[in-house]
Amino acid sequence: MITLEHVYWLTGLMAAGVSIVNFRDKSNPRRLNNTAFWGIYATTFLAGSHLPDLASGFLVIGMVLVASVRGLGQGKQKTAREDEAANARRWGNKLFLPALTIPVLTVLGTFWLKRIELDGAPIVDVKQVTVISLALATIVALAFGMLLLRPPLLAPIREARRLLDAIGWAAVLPQMLAALGALFAVAGVGTAVSGIATRWLPLGTPAAAVTTYAIGMAVFTMIMGNAFAAFPVMTAGIGLPLVVERFGGDPTIMSAIGMLSGFCGTLMTPMAANFNIVPTALLELPDENAVIKVQIPTALLLLGANILLMNFFVFRG
Amino acid sequence: MLPLIGVIVVVIGFVLRINPLLVVTVAGLATGIASGLDFLEVVAAFGKAFITSRYVGIVWLVLPVIGLLEHAGLRERARTVISGFRAATTSKVLLAYFAVRQVTSALGLTSLGGHAQMVRPLIAPMAEAASENRYGDVPIAIRYRIRAHSAAADNIALFFGEDIFIAIGSILLIRGFLDQNGIHVEPAQLALWAIPTAICAFAIHCTRLLLLERSLRAELKADESVNP
Repeated sequence: MITLEHVYWLTGLMAAGVSIVNFRDKSNPRRLNNTAFWGIYATTFLAGSHLPDLASGFLVIGMVLVASVRGLGQGKQKTAREDEAANARRWGNKLFLPALTIPVLTVLGTFWLKRIELDGAPIVDVKQVTVISLALATIVALAFGMLLLRPPLLAPIREARRLLDAIGWAAVLPQMLAALGALFAVAGVGTAVSGIATRWLPLGTPAAAVTTYAIGMAVFTMIMGNAFAAFPVMTAGIGLPLVVERFGGDPTIMSAIGMLSGFCGTLMTPMAANFNIVPTALLELPDENAVIKVQIPTALLLLGANILLMNFFVFRG
Repeated sequence: MLPLIGVIVVVIGFVLRINPLLVVTVAGLATGIASGLDFLEVVAAFGKAFITSRYVGIVWLVLPVIGLLEHAGLRERARTVISGFRAATTSKVLLAYFAVRQVTSALGLTSLGGHAQMVRPLIAPMAEAASENRYGDVPIAIRYRIRAHSAAADNIALFFGEDIFIAIGSILLIRGFLDQNGIHVEPAQLALWAIPTAICAFAIHCTRLLLLERSLRAELKADESVNP
């Protein structure tokens, strides 16, 4: 059976390859930092399931120190725009096919892979079918691309290196923030915040309670970087005891729109790094808050719309 | 109050623009120590949390093939295709992507987009090329703005589309949580009540994209008159 562990190995192998390419690139003044950074990252993927927690912890701290104390560098790249333009004329629209293979096969995989059985057991871990489909789809797309373009055998790993080094430490930030969220949950950050909210915020009328709930979801999501972490805390702290029990609001409508109010918060926080910070690295934007700045007006207007919707519908019964 | 020290570290760190990896690590260690663990226990807890969050990093598996195709001219090709449409504008490109992304997400097809797979190699180059065709040279600052809008369109369409699909994580989470508290709700009802917000999101963001085109036209045309 194909499980998440196999996908981790694949990711680890790619990171290890990136580390080795960096080691051999004399044009990068900080090549040893990059080698160490991606090497440690690769180790957490290849061996993470078997390492003692303490060893993983020190590996992560080592990786952070490498990235933050002297910083990562980039080798001199020779992928000029003219290069791309000339190649584009040569290959034409065929180039879109491998690119579109990834989403199409991922979607097909999520539907079909979990139904395929081998000797009575499913061939993939059914709970992780989306991620496994993505991994398989990228392998197929890569094979397709290699057959089509016939580049040197090591080209894919060099290209991965080019892109990963352009993204730099931001590539690891979402995972670090997910880890921080887990620590926050253990330490009881949620209860502390909802304690403050219930003590200091206006909750005396139905409208005030439901408005505080929606804004609380957005703000708490901004702190945690994730509406899933905010929802149980805000709903247990304000939603259920006040909006539903004291004022008789509808729990379905409150929860549905409450979660979406949290998503408005996701649009406004650097803590949701995979949505907001990683794209600025991928798109080579100098301001790492550029995406957040573009999203804030929509997020605030939509939060206002959510508050109106809640006030209008939650108590209509 | 003590558990909140991590939150304070994060806010200060982001405001002072210290390396976010370092900020997050310090915040994690401080949070653990404040909640009564000793140093080694915190390091172990952080290591464990990092290892269990590895699924977040799997998205980078697309980079070898995306890089390969970019080198072969994928982004150039995306530009060329857009320049074939004389009526294309930046806002029309982004509106079309927004609509497709929101509708497909609502059908549960959330993997049909993404920043590494779609926005960087295809959508952002198309959105930029549309303005180039229409207005000529586009200064770098405006290119940055168009790219940021491309990423934002992907995020907003995804967030306010996916919740209409009944088997998505957030709906399952809401249902599970309410069940634990003795309230039974139907996933279909939760999904239904995501629709009003989805419509508002579409209306608000599409209006903003139309306004974006206006401001691009004003700025890029103005530019021309200064520098003919």
